[in-house]
Amino acid sequence: MTRLAVPKTYKLYIGGKFPRSESGRTYEITGAGGDFLANAAQASRKDARDAVVAARSALKGWSAATAYNRGQVLYRIAELLEGRRAQFVDELVRSEGLTERRAAAVIDTAIDRWVWFAGWADKFAQVLGNGNPVAGPYFNLSVPEPTGVVAVIAPQAGEGHSLTGFVSAVAPALVSGNTVVVVASRSAPLSAISLSEVLATSDVPPGVVNVLTGSPAEIAPWLASHADVNAIDLVGAGALDWVQLQIDAAETLKRVLQPEDGPGAPAPTLARISAFTETKTVWHTKGLL
Amino acid sequence: MSFLDYAPAPESRAILSLRPSYGLFVDGEFVDGNGPAFTTISPATEEGLTEIATADDADVDRAVAAARKAYDRVWSKLSGSDRGKYLFRIARLVQERARELAVAETLNNGKPIKESRDVDIPLVAAWFFYYAGWADKLDHAGLGPDPRPLGVAGQIIPWNFPLLMLAWKIAPALASGNTVVLKPAETTPLTALLFAEILQQADLPPGVVNIVTGPGATGQALVRHPDVDKIAFTGSTAVGREIARATAGTRKRLTLELGGKAANIVFDDAPIDQAIEGVVNGIFYNQGHVCCAGSRLLVQENVHDDVVERLKQRLTTLRLGDPLDKNTDIGAVNSAEQLERIRELTAAGEEEGATRWSPPCVLPDAGFWFAPTIFTGVQTSSRIAREEIFGPVLSILTFRTPQEAIAKANNTPYGLSAGIWSDKGSRVLAVADELRAGVVWTNTFNRFDPASPFGGYKESGYGREGGKQGLSAYLAPAGGIR
Repeated sequence: MTRLAVPKTYKLYIGGKFPRSESGRTYEITGAGGDFLANAAQASRKDARDAVVAARSALKGWSAATAYNRGQVLYRIAELLEGRRAQFVDELVRSEGLTERRAAAVIDTAIDRWVWFAGWADKFAQVLGNGNPVAGPYFNLSVPEPTGVVAVIAPQAGEGHSLTGFVSAVAPALVSGNTVVVVASRSAPLSAISLSEVLATSDVPPGVVNVLTGSPAEIAPWLASHADVNAIDLVGAGALDWVQLQIDAAETLKRVLQPEDGPGAPAPTLARISAFTETKTVWHTKGLL
Repeated sequence: MSFLDYAPAPESRAILSLRPSYGLFVDGEFVDGNGPAFTTISPATEEGLTEIATADDADVDRAVAAARKAYDRVWSKLSGSDRGKYLFRIARLVQERARELAVAETLNNGKPIKESRDVDIPLVAAWFFYYAGWADKLDHAGLGPDPRPLGVAGQIIPWNFPLLMLAWKIAPALASGNTVVLKPAETTPLTALLFAEILQQADLPPGVVNIVTGPGATGQALVRHPDVDKIAFTGSTAVGREIARATAGTRKRLTLELGGKAANIVFDDAPIDQAIEGVVNGIFYNQGHVCCAGSRLLVQENVHDDVVERLKQRLTTLRLGDPLDKNTDIGAVNSAEQLERIRELTAAGEEEGATRWSPPCVLPDAGFWFAPTIFTGVQTSSRIAREEIFGPVLSILTFRTPQEAIAKANNTPYGLSAGIWSDKGSRVLAVADELRAGVVWTNTFNRFDPASPFGGYKESGYGREGGKQGLSAYLAPAGGIR
């Protein structure tokens, strides 16, 4: 006799907790073959605003953590993911319809991306920053600092988008000390929520990553116009009215990355780390001897 | 005559010979504009200086076409070292004609000759000299090997540092291999047109730099032009927002250097005499027409009275008057419109309960003038503590602890600059870390250098000008534009 499985309720991830949508709404997630997989929470405007509050509260601590510490915390995510490979393979097979072999390649890539970005945490400032030889008695130094709260519309299509695409959009923002509100893949949100469970049980402080599931078309405008969001990554917003989102974002002069298409988007680059940093230049006056 | 009075010492205007009228500078030549010509004036006297052309949409189109042609056929094919040589030539020509440019800048802008002569124009030359050297070293700009220029850059600059802002825009754009259509501010086109003559003397290929004069509508035409690859704008946050909206959804790359409401923080252990000089320089330099001006003075409560008293004493020694006089500290406000805005906001400051003070000061009859003004007892909620005044007006607030100073300094949607005055090195470093501002000056203020990146956090805009970082505003990695 086969054992009756215990299915999981997939919820949102806000401020280190797993609430249902305050709206009480859910929507049906189906597999590649149309079979029922789960009822995911359908986040509302209020959920998005709660997530921004959580991200703002977490910003001070995360951005003030030492670069070495942030690197270790991000690396720890890779360690925990490694131990839960089977679960993610299973979810990818069911939700994205991948073969087991391809799903395994996706999770391997996702883990390796965390490792790659973790390694940048205590190096990007050395590569992007510099001392400046100004004409005067000043010690002048430029360093990149995190932009603040970053909203991300995660990739919505392409093989492995629900996990590798998600990780590749979120991780670079975290490297410099930003906190993130991310809208997961609408069609395949399960990996993002399971990844949230990994984040919750690793050393990532609550509120540093907040994950919303539901309709990006519904949630994104609230994030784009939210005055306490400093930047918005529209990488997965290609199918939305992203031009309007960019126009909304202009009201508070948010930093904006436009949508990216193609399999494997976004690629892991230093440019994605620097896109959500601000260069601070300090002129220290030297004394007279 | 007291010992503080000086005999007039006006800089001679003889070095400058203006033409009766200037056209647009398109494809290497001065051409007529389709719009109605207008007279550009000296804000110190309201006398007319010369006639300036107005570029309409068709003129802007012509300028962009010239820039595109120059990009495709000449500039993008030139070696980096040759681009650099042109920029070195320009730097040298600016130095050779420095006094003439300084006189023109002071006439058209109203700023004191000592500032245009000793700060603006030397920095213009320095900017071209600095970026000239980058032109054949772009592999080291931090974008990987063989980075690509963007194409045609549309650049719109303000009236507060007319030629310096031109240099901040044009030097990195040309060094990176782009061609340029630049629109000077409506009220200060003069030095940009003299600069066009310098480009002719430098034998810069036609179309590499085009200059279109006119009002805001000329700038809008440039922003909307479909064949422009990049917009760089310095000016108000309100216009910056409009430009961000107008370029949304396009492939145009955008950098914005916008407004500010900088905190200048004076701790009780600061070298007070130096701090007073820095505070004065921070807000009264260039009549306060400085986006990074230290317009909010945060003084530690226990030294507030002493600082305010010394500040008042110092302000009574400032000389306001003829900008061409070598002894003048405070020149003219650039336009009637700006003067009106300063008057409106200072009136609001009084209405909201702050105490206003200005030194005894005789304002000239003609022209646009505003006496240096300080407000004490300012609330953080007051308009004069929140809005950019862009004039010689200082709002003074107090704090008790470093944490309070940091919180008040950061309590603004702007994030361009900040100042810290303290003799305690460890405190300076810790406070500098916490300030959300793109440029922080410690025990100094309003320093600029081509090697030093400048630009804001939050609603002060995005992108950096100056330094290695300034190049990435005009380059894309070899793999393509992201």
